[in-house]
Amino acid sequence: MQGFLKDSIEFLPILLQGLRLTLIVTAGSLVLSTALGLLWALMRVSGVPVLAGIAKTFVNTIRGIPIIVQLFYIYFVLPDLGISLTAVQAAIIGLGIAYSAYQSENFRAGIEAIDRGQVEAAQTIGMGWGLTMRRVILPQAFKIVLPPYGNIMIMMLKDSSQASTITVAELALQGKLIASSTFQNTTVFTLVALLYLCMSIPLILLVGHLERRFGRR
Amino acid sequence: MPMIELDNVHKSFGANRVIRGITTHVSKGEVVCIIGPSGSGKSTILRCINGLEGYDSGSIRFEGIPVNRTAKSITAVRTQVSMVFQRFNLFPHRTALENVIEGPVFVKREPRADAQAHGRLLLERVGLADKVGAHPHELSGGQQQRVAIARALAMRPKAILFDEPTSALDPELVGDVLAVMRSLADEGMTMVVVTHEIGFAREVADRVLFLDGGVIAEEGPAAELLTNPRNPRTRDFLRRVLKPL
Ligand SMILES: Nc1ncnc2c1ncn2[C@@H]1O[C@H](COP(=O)(O)OP(=O)(O)OP(=O)(O)O)[C@@H](O)[C@H]1O
Ligand SMILES: [Mg+2]
Repeated sequence: MQGFLKDSIEFLPILLQGLRLTLIVTAGSLVLSTALGLLWALMRVSGVPVLAGIAKTFVNTIRGIPIIVQLFYIYFVLPDLGISLTAVQAAIIGLGIAYSAYQSENFRAGIEAIDRGQVEAAQTIGMGWGLTMRRVILPQAFKIVLPPYGNIMIMMLKDSSQASTITVAELALQGKLIASSTFQNTTVFTLVALLYLCMSIPLILLVGHLERRFGRR
Repeated sequence: MPMIELDNVHKSFGANRVIRGITTHVSKGEVVCIIGPSGSGKSTILRCINGLEGYDSGSIRFEGIPVNRTAKSITAVRTQVSMVFQRFNLFPHRTALENVIEGPVFVKREPRADAQAHGRLLLERVGLADKVGAHPHELSGGQQQRVAIARALAMRPKAILFDEPTSALDPELVGDVLAVMRSLADEGMTMVVVTHEIGFAREVADRVLFLDGGVIAEEGPAAELLTNPRNPRTRDFLRRVLKPL
């Protein structure tokens, strides 16, 4: 135990650097996936067949490719096309796009759960599509969408470790690097696991709270 | 010129021919009740009038404007022809007053303060002055329907369409809603009301349409049609509605 504490104090600063990157990648891809997911979802429910078709094709394509392959594509293939990105940028974009598919399905389910009568009531007071979405549908869908959204956040936090495959020295990769140079596997990976838990447990509790608050009435 | 004109309107859902040639008109200040058996197309024809539903052929005009749900002009029609639904369809995330001012503020762009003042007046008029800040789930069905009527009135409509406004209500709550509707009729509001409340129709309607199988099977002044129907199917229908087994 003494040894564990001593090693921990030594390793923590380096691991915290990794943790910083984990947070950056997670937050960045969360914002991107939310924006894109909302866009796909709105295209799906727009009632315009071309837009709905584009969104559906895009979402299904993304869902059918492993995240790691998407990351490789963005980091290793795009430079050949003249677009070069830093590893962190590539990770944010790759995870953001990959997760936009899940976000979009969640948002769409939330939007479609709203009673048709709400749309009709909005239409009969002269609201168009945009106003109906903004004033009537989305505020109600928000509550339905929130608990699953929290779960997606937790998955993203954990999946940000996939950024290590394109050289982002986030928490998991930092851990692996320290472990392979010090051979303190137990200490290092226990610390890494604890650090992930410190971030995900508050989120898990938050989701539980949201489910109780907004769950099915 | 009549306010609402329907000319030989047809409408199918797939192979189901729901409206099969309806021609009628509603004049300013007139109260027209539509009665008829379930599935006869009452809701559908009402929903065609404000473009909630499209129609296949024939024409519907409101003050001369063709009602076309895909045209820009549909907004002009909808802001002048309000609608009240069987299931109220209030916005659950907004208070009674917010429900009422939603259209005036966000569609008609009235100043919020004016809309609120008008909204309070309307809620008072439907007997809900003390429920201004209540959310729909805190209100009874009858109260919700009166908020819905206030929401319709807030648009300062020229006509209001009602689709079985009391059918989802407990019997003891029907009276309050009908009283509000009666007072609107007395003030000269143009109303088209789909209803099973034959007593209300007899008392308030100027004219009654009996719909059967997507056509107007009989049409006439309320007192005449309801007490002395000529069409045997009207007679049959009225007998069943007035004396349920
Ligand atoms: N959106 C729809 N899609 C397919 N069929 C529909 C749709 N709306 C109505 N119908 C059909 O059209 C016919 C007429 O329906 P409508 O709702 O106008 O009848 P109604 O006279 O209002 O009946 P009720 O008294 O039961 O309300 C019914 O056969 C119904 O099944
Ligand atoms: Mg109906």
